[in-house]
Amino acid sequence: MKKRDFYFFVVPSLLMMFLFIAVPLAIVFKQSFYITQNVFEKVEVETCTPGFLKQICQTKIETKPKLDENGNVIEVTDFVGFENYKNLLQINKFKNAVYNLSLYEIEKINFWKAFRFTISFCLITLPLVIFLGLLIALTVNNLTRSIKGPVIFISLLPFIITPIIGALAIRWLFVGEGILTALLEYLMQKDIAMFANAWTLELLMIIYRVWHVAPFAFIVFYAGLQTVNKEILESAVIDGANRFERLRYIIIPHLMPLIIFVSLIHLMDSYRVFEEIVAFSSQAYVISLQWLTYDFLIPDDTGNRLINRASTSAMLTMVGVSIIITPLLKRTWEDYREGKL
Amino acid sequence: MKIKLFLLGIAFALVSNISWAGCGFTNVTEVRSLSNSFDAWKAVTEAMSECGNVTATLDSEFKDKQPDAFAANPSLYEIGGVSGSTITPLLNAGTIRPLDDLVAKYGQNLNPNQLIKIDGKIMGIAMSVNNQHLMYRKDIFDNLGIAEPKTHDDVLAAAEKIKAANVVDYPFGAAYKSGWNLAEEFVNMYLGNGGEFFGDGNAPAINNAAGVKSLETMKKLTAYMDPEYLTSDSTYAQKQMQQEKIAMAYLWATRAGAMDNAEESKVVGKIVMASAPMGDVRPASTLWWDGIVIAKNISDAKADAAFKVAMEGLDTEMVTANNDDAVWLITGFNPGPSAAGASATAANGAAPYPSGSRMGVMHTALGNGIADFLTGKKDAASALADIEAAYTSAAKEKGLM
Repeated sequence: MKKRDFYFFVVPSLLMMFLFIAVPLAIVFKQSFYITQNVFEKVEVETCTPGFLKQICQTKIETKPKLDENGNVIEVTDFVGFENYKNLLQINKFKNAVYNLSLYEIEKINFWKAFRFTISFCLITLPLVIFLGLLIALTVNNLTRSIKGPVIFISLLPFIITPIIGALAIRWLFVGEGILTALLEYLMQKDIAMFANAWTLELLMIIYRVWHVAPFAFIVFYAGLQTVNKEILESAVIDGANRFERLRYIIIPHLMPLIIFVSLIHLMDSYRVFEEIVAFSSQAYVISLQWLTYDFLIPDDTGNRLINRASTSAMLTMVGVSIIITPLLKRTWEDYREGKL
Repeated sequence: MKIKLFLLGIAFALVSNISWAGCGFTNVTEVRSLSNSFDAWKAVTEAMSECGNVTATLDSEFKDKQPDAFAANPSLYEIGGVSGSTITPLLNAGTIRPLDDLVAKYGQNLNPNQLIKIDGKIMGIAMSVNNQHLMYRKDIFDNLGIAEPKTHDDVLAAAEKIKAANVVDYPFGAAYKSGWNLAEEFVNMYLGNGGEFFGDGNAPAINNAAGVKSLETMKKLTAYMDPEYLTSDSTYAQKQMQQEKIAMAYLWATRAGAMDNAEESKVVGKIVMASAPMGDVRPASTLWWDGIVIAKNISDAKADAAFKVAMEGLDTEMVTANNDDAVWLITGFNPGPSAAGASATAANGAAPYPSGSRMGVMHTALGNGIADFLTGKKDAASALADIEAAYTSAAKEKGLM
């Protein structure tokens, strides 16, 4: 391809990425160092609201935002440096907790509570997704041709379902009166409340996420399995390599770039775990970093929301994703330099 | 044949345009409304639609849209459905108009009680009141010889007896879902115990005896609830009651009618609506209202038409047809047994919900902080201290302190 043609193809997409990814990102980055406030004034207000039969009038000092002469709310934006980050990370409280070596204390700070869950969620689901995806891929690869199609189709279903719907389905199966809870209660002869403990909720979330993402790993690995060199496998059989040895020394090394690819995607996705928290209404027990951002962003009844802190939280999430995928990127880069890719 | 079809088509087109029997006039101006989505709003917006050219949006997430939609010029909606707290952002931003002249022109049938007055100016028209109160199973209470509970201690004693008798899965239920619902329960308890939320300069003032007592009462109640209470919203508690899973509940008056709806309830005629239990000072409940406001950023002619249509939606005819959907403030409402709890709670002196910018921040901080006490992660005083810290940090960021 000529260089000119190459740019011709790439420029529109670069432009889009600049407009819709880079620019918003820069704005969020800037917002995380500023605070936008209304200018409030105290006024005495008499408010009359309905009682059951007659009105209730109360005179109170209210704090109300000031309006300018055009009737618009006055806003001021100030540079505050790392103030938002300090507020979110609660560095002093965190330091004390670390100093006391108390995970319990750390769990009392929202950000670190969310961070603890998010990280453990990523690291626990990752090997499960890879293992299960590989297992399904190997199984399907060894099936007879006639049933391969239907099995692939069924295996892919969990991945097709919209995440929030899938999570709600799991909730309804396991909630207090849910059909699976009823079954478990019958089998174990005791009262079970899956949604009343942090660990059961986390377990359900992990099970749900693995169930949801494993098909993606499976389909990628399955495609990779089609390109394994048959001759090498045959000669390995002649050399007396058993099934496990063939997997260990031929198939897995062959699939390694794909395993890294799936890991990258999965880590990026699961660091932003969110649907599970909302669908399971688990915020009393388990919260994630992405949920924290969302919570700052949602206005309360009176219209307040913490845009700047939400920006800060979003920036930290991005930093977190970058850090967690660095080892994998580094490995890919090394492979690339050694000419393996 | 073709001519006949054509005429039929024209006839239909005419019928769909002319006003229905329910509306006294034909509305020719486009009127749009945005409100919450529950039975009372369905009834009101349907009655408004009978006048023609009315588009009603009913959305349970309306509060996220309303402030921005009304700040647009021209406003995206002429009529807004609001509650005692969601009117605040509109008042603060000055995006709704005073209604005194419109009330003088078209509001002959309104009760004085319906007029929401801010500094003497009418800013909204209320249609119904709402509060949380006690609902209990008359049959179970009679069988076990329990009298109607008047205080939280009575409720706890009754719960203990019901638990011992083992007649339902759990004696008690309520909307304790972490977040807005849970905070509302605390607000009820705390105001019932005579608490004040703020001190000087909008500083938080909840870490006191009344606050600790309120939290502890809440925790005692949770011992008699489904262990998954932190995921239970009003609808979940309502269904527990309807399906005979619980024997009593603190629930919204708007949920009372559903108990006697034979299509979804197994307890028709068995539920008594009673006052919210008394705290130290007043009932553990807050008074809410629902009603309409008219946007400021629209022409006077449009506002005129919108108000006229709204009055049709809030008339006696609508109330007669939908009597049990809410505790209406409109003339013609016949308070039945399902309104008894709401009226008893109000009569016992429950306070209005103390809405305002700072209360919005406080409500959020409470909603996120109380669960840590109920799950045993923190004691009452440190939970309240952390809530105060969260409030302070958010209030400072908003410029309130």
